[in-house]
Amino acid sequence: MATNGNGNGELPRKIAIICSKGSLDMAYPGLVLANAARMMGIEAVLFFTFWGLDIISKKRVNKLHAGIVGNPATHMPAMIAGLPGMESMATHMMKKKMDELDIPPVGEFLEILEDAGAEMYACQMAMEMFGMEKEDLVPQVQDVITAMDFFEKSEGAQTIFV
Amino acid sequence: MSTMTMAGQEIEMGDDGFMLNPDQWTAEIAAELAREAGIDPLTDKHWEVIDFCRRDAAEKGEAPGVRRITKQTGVSMKEMYKLFPKGPGILAAKISGLQKPKACI
Repeated sequence: MATNGNGNGELPRKIAIICSKGSLDMAYPGLVLANAARMMGIEAVLFFTFWGLDIISKKRVNKLHAGIVGNPATHMPAMIAGLPGMESMATHMMKKKMDELDIPPVGEFLEILEDAGAEMYACQMAMEMFGMEKEDLVPQVQDVITAMDFFEKSEGAQTIFV
Repeated sequence: MSTMTMAGQEIEMGDDGFMLNPDQWTAEIAAELAREAGIDPLTDKHWEVIDFCRRDAAEKGEAPGVRRITKQTGVSMKEMYKLFPKGPGILAAKISGLQKPKACI
């Protein structure tokens, strides 16, 4: 009961999630974990870096693709996964399944996280690497920060790397 | 598992602080559970959520997740966090005398 986020005299729990991947299937783990934390009253900080910038980029947020190439977990032979149209089909199937389960698309999920009080930041180094500016990011992202800033913000938090 | 006295009644509670038997729930118990979670008093908006949760759980067999609550009641996500600041996901169900929701959203 000590860490249930209800603040019974103890510090509320906090989690920090580093989102470094940009495929559709790898965007969700970080978002779902952050949302689940918020639902329990646990503070959540998300740090989007490298390919994870696609999740929070205005251009790419709702255009993420399922990562099936080079992914042995799809139970599909590698050569088939790389054929034209396969990635789009897998993406379409994944989105359809999410919809059936009422799991929101990525853009809406970020809105939910903002409403739920999760803090979201973009990695400055990655932004420079990809030549991006804050205006290129969805409005839910609070700021562009450095790795050291992230460590300040995630002090006392359990950190999860996705 | 333990038995606690709440609002003058003997209530079966699980180890996680959730009621084991939703039929033992009363509005007074809800108020007491809410007070424990720092919510006092329960407003009409709270009751809108609680009533929906109990109705939905009776129908579906499990407590609704926060997203389902917002979609079915029209209470926004932002409002849910204002009504139950320490965690709407678990508090809405707890105060409604239900088990933890199974939904992840």
